[in-house]
Amino acid sequence: MSVANIPILSFVTFLPLLGAIFIAFLHNDAKGNARWIALWTTLITFLISIPIWTGFDKANAGFQFVESAAWLGPIKYKMGVDGISMLFVLLTTFLMPICILASWESVEERVKEYMIAFLVLETLMLGVFCALDLFLFYLFFEAVLIPMFLIIGIWGGKRRIYASFKFFLYTLLGSVLMLLAMLSMYSIGGTSDIPTLMTTKFPVNLQSWLWLAFLASFAVKMPMWPVHTWLPDAHVEAPTAGSVILAAILLKMGGYGFLRFSLPMLPVASHDFAPLIFALSVIAIIYTSLVALAQEDVKKLIAYSSVAHMGYVTMGIFTFTVQGIDGAIFQMLSHGIVSAALFLCVGVVYDRMHTREIAAYGGLVSRMPLYAFTFMVFTMANVGLPGTSGFVGEFLTLLGAFQANTWVAFFATFGVILSAGYALYLYRRMIFGELVKPSLQTITDMGPREIAIMAPLLALTILFGVYPAPILDVTRASVKSLVAQYQTAIKTAAIKP
Amino acid sequence: MTTAALLIVFLPLLGALIAGFFGRVLGERPSEVLTTGLLLLAAALSWWVFVQVGLGHAVFKVPVMRWITSGDLDVAWTLRVDTLTAVMLVVVTTVSSLVHLYSIGYMHEDDSRQRFFAYLSLFTFAMLMLVTSDNLLQMFFGWEGVGLASYLLIGFWYKKPSANAAAIKAFVVNRVGDFGFALGIFGLFAVVHSISLDQIFAAVPALAGKPFEFLGYQVDTLTCIALLLFMGAMGKSAQFLLHTWLPDAMEGPTPVSALIHAATMVTAGVFMVARLSPIFELAPEALKVVTAVGALTAFFAATVGLVQNDIKRVIAYSTCSQLGYMFVACGVGAYSAGIFHLFTHAFFKALLFLGAGSVIHAMHHEQDMRNMGGLAKIIPKTWAMMLIGTLALTGVGIPHFVGFAGFHSKDAIIEAAYAAHTPGNYAFWALVTAAFMTSFYSWRLMFMTFHQPARWGDAAGADHAGAHDAPGHDDHAHDHTHDHTPHESPLVMLVPLYVLATGAVLAGIVFSKMFIGTETARGMMDPHKDFWGAAIFEGANNHILHAMHEIPHWVGFAPFVAMLAGFALAYVYYIQSPHLPAATAKAFRPLYLFFLNKWYIDELYDFLFVRPAFALGRLLWKAGDGAIIDGTIDGTASTVGWFTGKAVRLQTGYVYNYAFVMLIGVAAILTYMIAGGIGR
Repeated sequence: MSVANIPILSFVTFLPLLGAIFIAFLHNDAKGNARWIALWTTLITFLISIPIWTGFDKANAGFQFVESAAWLGPIKYKMGVDGISMLFVLLTTFLMPICILASWESVEERVKEYMIAFLVLETLMLGVFCALDLFLFYLFFEAVLIPMFLIIGIWGGKRRIYASFKFFLYTLLGSVLMLLAMLSMYSIGGTSDIPTLMTTKFPVNLQSWLWLAFLASFAVKMPMWPVHTWLPDAHVEAPTAGSVILAAILLKMGGYGFLRFSLPMLPVASHDFAPLIFALSVIAIIYTSLVALAQEDVKKLIAYSSVAHMGYVTMGIFTFTVQGIDGAIFQMLSHGIVSAALFLCVGVVYDRMHTREIAAYGGLVSRMPLYAFTFMVFTMANVGLPGTSGFVGEFLTLLGAFQANTWVAFFATFGVILSAGYALYLYRRMIFGELVKPSLQTITDMGPREIAIMAPLLALTILFGVYPAPILDVTRASVKSLVAQYQTAIKTAAIKP
Repeated sequence: MTTAALLIVFLPLLGALIAGFFGRVLGERPSEVLTTGLLLLAAALSWWVFVQVGLGHAVFKVPVMRWITSGDLDVAWTLRVDTLTAVMLVVVTTVSSLVHLYSIGYMHEDDSRQRFFAYLSLFTFAMLMLVTSDNLLQMFFGWEGVGLASYLLIGFWYKKPSANAAAIKAFVVNRVGDFGFALGIFGLFAVVHSISLDQIFAAVPALAGKPFEFLGYQVDTLTCIALLLFMGAMGKSAQFLLHTWLPDAMEGPTPVSALIHAATMVTAGVFMVARLSPIFELAPEALKVVTAVGALTAFFAATVGLVQNDIKRVIAYSTCSQLGYMFVACGVGAYSAGIFHLFTHAFFKALLFLGAGSVIHAMHHEQDMRNMGGLAKIIPKTWAMMLIGTLALTGVGIPHFVGFAGFHSKDAIIEAAYAAHTPGNYAFWALVTAAFMTSFYSWRLMFMTFHQPARWGDAAGADHAGAHDAPGHDDHAHDHTHDHTPHESPLVMLVPLYVLATGAVLAGIVFSKMFIGTETARGMMDPHKDFWGAAIFEGANNHILHAMHEIPHWVGFAPFVAMLAGFALAYVYYIQSPHLPAATAKAFRPLYLFFLNKWYIDELYDFLFVRPAFALGRLLWKAGDGAIIDGTIDGTASTVGWFTGKAVRLQTGYVYNYAFVMLIGVAAILTYMIAGGIGR
């Protein structure tokens, strides 16, 4: 493959940074230029990321497009993707142009800085999914916080300072512990190379501590109950595009971390702590779904629904079954599309009415039929209706859970009832009914820019619901090998306790 | 054949997409004509396939596309056509095409007809995917797809709060059933490692009587799975405890009630049990539950139907009750009788609903029978059609010989229920009692609507115009200028009634032998076994269809007597002495209120589930997330004087910390419980 000779992952990862530097040199009043440069940068990044998909060898369970270079002493600059991480790279590059477009009119202040923050954010997120060195990963993983923190803190709503501090406080706690765990792994394994560490057998008694340290970081990022409360606040205060990235990509870093570190490197501890994860996942699904039912702020409602959906992800991962893990990855990707779309839907009416209060809306279908249709499709995907992408992940994770533990599947399946409740109740309050509020009398339907944003998300939601093979074919080999490796490790551990 | 099957399923989808996305460009009439035309074509093809498959035994499968492949799970989009599917294809496309046609007339005043027809066709597509499914997941797709279409159509008049509430209720209650359905699928996959029907059917005999661990208990594998799947059937087919959504679903336009909430979607549960007969036959305990639930529903819904005043609600409860009959048939092993009743019921119940629609249309959207009366002479064609529907529903016929559609199918079920010898013959008696009540409420409906003195317009001096503002009737865009005398419906609405009426008269006579015939004269195979082939599985010890012919002679007369008694009582109450209903209601007031308020089940659910869910949501939000979790974070931070910088609130900080520890304790306990489960 000729593509393999080009360091395509580095290209894709650092191109946005290049765009950001370019924008930094613009004059301060060049709002329009900053927007256009950001849009083109993200579009080109997406286009050159496509060969990663088309050139990906689906039969290969290992890392592909690997690049390696000496860097800081023992720490190498090493990048690569496998069936687990590759699609997250694509999801990120796909969503960024949409985010830039979504901010086109709603962000008017400090446009230059805003675009720079987003482009830097893209580089860092891509780095997280591509990094194959422990410390390189750590760098990207933690640095992602900074632009996100700024996006909420500068372009956010009224309580943005509180929200961004809460966000920071939560994640900081986890990252300190994760760093300690990484240092310890490095000292045991003698390398910071992730593929090598994945086959290193860590002492069983140490695994638990390392696993818990990773949990502290990943659980906050997911977020898992009970460390989820930063998310609703962060979403509520973040600008629309910030919410989109937060929900679509940042939340996936926790799940990705479990799959990249906890499962392959610490299989025995993963096995031992699975009941804890199950308990927290099930609580997340039921608890946050109930809380979502009571919400009066549309963004908070979707944020809580996100926590519930992430509950399926953690549950699926720790079933250690092919279906569970396939389902977890699928659920993360599908949620990346659907929750992004839902936040964009909120953005559409927020741009017009400047309120997130559900009670301020009602009867929108009368004046916004296109919007009502779009919102309906994504609501149904959020509810997990078969035929939408939301169903496949939910179904597979539950199928996996049933094989692992029927209680878990039983409780988690309650989520399908509750999600129908809160999602349709929200839809009814905003879209259906008589349009009586004077402030809504002149509201307009989605414009061409908004349609352009929604159309690709809509198409993918249906496509992956009806034909999920493009995703499942990519994950198959890597997931299979991950499960096989886990099972071997558990068997060996059982022989000599 | 394969092309025909593909066309039958995907033509309605095509119609839905065109009417949905390009309806505004095309205009209203072209959208209507297009969707209706495609459905008529699908119906014609379905009858052809029915003849080929039912008589020619050409069972076939059409692979369409891959779907979900993960590990040993491999699910594809496939159309499976056997006799059972062919019967359902005929039912679905015939009723659907007639309802499309009827709606051109019924909905002519509505200004979003494209949307209506798109939804109708979308529903038909989903229903066809359900009945052609070759695996449980595609069935689930169709299952939830019809749920979506039902939700959209119940809430079609989205400006009405009651319609919106009914739509959500329908979806959520169905999801409760789907909760069981989904768990049943998971369970089957856990033991069979496949969810394709053929592989399941091949594997289940080996699983009969084998235990399996569910929720920490050792239970019989197939009984447990069959009951979980049946929970889905209970939701979709509105069986007792999960029936509450169906009466409320009458908020939708009447053609929707005929198609979805009478003839097709609500029968999906019966279809599912028949389709999965190889599983149910090996789970006799589960079948007992199916019988009990069916008998209870048949009885319960009939009692409620006795006292309703909304013409559509009477028919809705009647549907609920008749579905109970079908489940009793399945429960006692007479699946073919259940499907036969499904088949005949589709004709006469759709006829009754569309007839009621014609009445409502004639009365300018009045649905309360107390404001009707005397319509027989004014809308004689509608009256005649409703009469045929009533005769078919109440099962009029000559015992042991011939009769209307319902006579053949319903009486067969009642006989099977007797032959099954349930404890105390409760199923038989419940169904005979229900047959009596069915006859009573059906004739009550006929008399109140058509025969009693008119209670509308000038005839009664009532303020009829006021009824337009009353909630609960079909109040779509309505022209107030034309006169208010009832009028006969246009031909486009009457023709579907004529076709359905033909079915209501003849479906029993023509298809009885094919569906449930057992005569083995001239050494031939059982006609019904010949017809169904492998589509319905009857266990080696299942001789119910033969046993139902060896019952005492009087049993065959029991439904006939019940039917006559119901008619006679209704005649006395509503024609001879019209003061009796009020007097009876007064004399038995508690019972009357109990029936009128639908056994207070809605109130019970509101108290048990709906309110607590919202209250718990608020509590967890304010107290759980707010005070405890955030309180701990904020409290911890302020204790070290880092975050808020305000006064150090040590006291509260400790309280919060304590609460947080408690919360962790809860998680720990749950973990321990689940871990215990894993330990086996």
